[in-house]
Amino acid sequence: MQTSRSRLRPRVAPWLFLTPAIVLAAGLMFAPLVYTVILSLQGRKVPASGIGVATEVFVGLDNYVAALTNPALLGSFLRMLAYALLSVPLTMGLALVFALLLDNLSTRFARFSRISIFVPYAVPGVIAALMWGFMYLPGVSPVGELFTLWGWPVPDPLSGGSVFLAVANVSIWGGIGFNMVILYTSLRGLPQEIYDSARLDGCSEIQLALRIKLPLILPGVILTGLFTIIGALQVFSEPNMMMTLTNSITSDWVPMMLVYRDAFVTNDLYGASASAIVITAVTMIASLGLLRLLRNRAFGNES
Amino acid sequence: MSLDTGRPVKPAFWPTAILLVGAAYALFPVYWLVSASTKGAGELFTTSTMVPSFTGGFFQNLSDLLSFNDGAFLVWSGNSILFSVGGSVLATAVAAAAGYGLAKFEFRGKQVVFTFLLIGVLIPGVVLAIPQYLLLSKIGIAGTYWSVLLPFAISPFSIYLARIYAGAVIPTELLEAGRIDGANEWRLFRSIGLPAMVPGLITIFLLQFVAIWNNFLLPYIMLSREETFPLTVGFYSMMNQGSDQLNVYNLVIIGCLLAIIPLILLFLFLQRYWRLDLVSGSLKG
Repeated sequence: MQTSRSRLRPRVAPWLFLTPAIVLAAGLMFAPLVYTVILSLQGRKVPASGIGVATEVFVGLDNYVAALTNPALLGSFLRMLAYALLSVPLTMGLALVFALLLDNLSTRFARFSRISIFVPYAVPGVIAALMWGFMYLPGVSPVGELFTLWGWPVPDPLSGGSVFLAVANVSIWGGIGFNMVILYTSLRGLPQEIYDSARLDGCSEIQLALRIKLPLILPGVILTGLFTIIGALQVFSEPNMMMTLTNSITSDWVPMMLVYRDAFVTNDLYGASASAIVITAVTMIASLGLLRLLRNRAFGNES
Repeated sequence: MSLDTGRPVKPAFWPTAILLVGAAYALFPVYWLVSASTKGAGELFTTSTMVPSFTGGFFQNLSDLLSFNDGAFLVWSGNSILFSVGGSVLATAVAAAAGYGLAKFEFRGKQVVFTFLLIGVLIPGVVLAIPQYLLLSKIGIAGTYWSVLLPFAISPFSIYLARIYAGAVIPTELLEAGRIDGANEWRLFRSIGLPAMVPGLITIFLLQFVAIWNNFLLPYIMLSREETFPLTVGFYSMMNQGSDQLNVYNLVIIGCLLAIIPLILLFLFLQRYWRLDLVSGSLKG
């Protein structure tokens, strides 16, 4: 009896199946994070004579104090926030509107629209940044010639405040399609019969979409929204690529670019590590807090 | 009776129009890329990029791109394929085993392990990639293909999806019957678990394939030799050489076009193999 019970509830097998994942996660996610914490508590000490090899010393929280009082880090946070406040609502809002319209019975060319809007998902973010970046250049801009024709100065989207919209546009363009397809799949998964009685009661298609469909796919909206937010907080590749086309994006434009620059360009690994830990903490608190907030809003006291 | 099968629904103007505007927004840059790729060396800044040129610019750009740096473009394309295929095969295999282990067994510490594996989603890529680079340098593999493939092999989101899918499609009774008959756990996984998980694993593979194909950050940090670059890092290095080489913009533009067309076609073809209800949370077993 004892043996057959242990055969039916294996103890070792699940750990063997999980071994590759645990080893990789420990070595490539956990260890690097711990290593970053260790680096962030250290500094470089040059011998008093000024000659000789610099050594690593424990400096406590000095790097954190420096990071938190660094105006460049704060500035990069604020720019990232401006970028996220544009890109996240527009990406999610448009994805949701398109998904609901695709699910609407009276829409024509739905298949063509769905496939077209999904196309940018197959385009790498840095290539999207290059494509839009070229189109933003006043000399190449597709609308530039119209402005010249009318005698107006050709606008430069990458200068002034519009640079935020210009960068956000790249990720909005790339992000709508995937989120739309996910939400549309959620909508298709709903039992279609529930709409019939609502329609018989004289419910309009717009009311149907907002009052019945939207609440039912809310879990999908929250999941895709959370991934969009996490993506926006971690933005790096697009502005980093656009930096090669314009001077208005600096090498510390968003927090991730600042960390990269400090670690590899200015070689201040210890300061970069402290900034990285601060950013990770902010990202985690923001994402988890938001998840909790959205869950409570969406499901009330159910969970 | 359902209304949508009963009588035809009258077409509506606004929903169709709004979606078509969305489609135009999505396709416009691709059209621009096609048009701009036909511009010869001097034409990019002097002629309208909305109207293609037929002055032989396209083929000139094409042959210039292919001969750029002794065929670097083809090498980068090969590397992109290697990273995407290799990385997503590894990630899918790791996720399949882990997802199966999490979904089909009850054991102490399961929730802790699951949280441990998932938390990686929240760590920003740059924050992770810098110490990964430093640690991999210490064991001497930074800059090699493995330094890119190994970090791609662990994908928290893939594990999450594999767990959901395994939980939904693998019948527990069948596994228990197998255990009573004396089959070992590996055999149960191979003959019952894995076959049932195939549609979900294809979706995970495709998601991971695109994620790696589109990734810039990890190879950008890990790799320093040009012959190991994938396309994304290759284009960045071209742009960074600056425009002192006059037609570098033309080469990057046609390179981007050649890089995205195969993937778009692949997607149109592979669409029906996607089980996106897996991602949207509306999975029905």
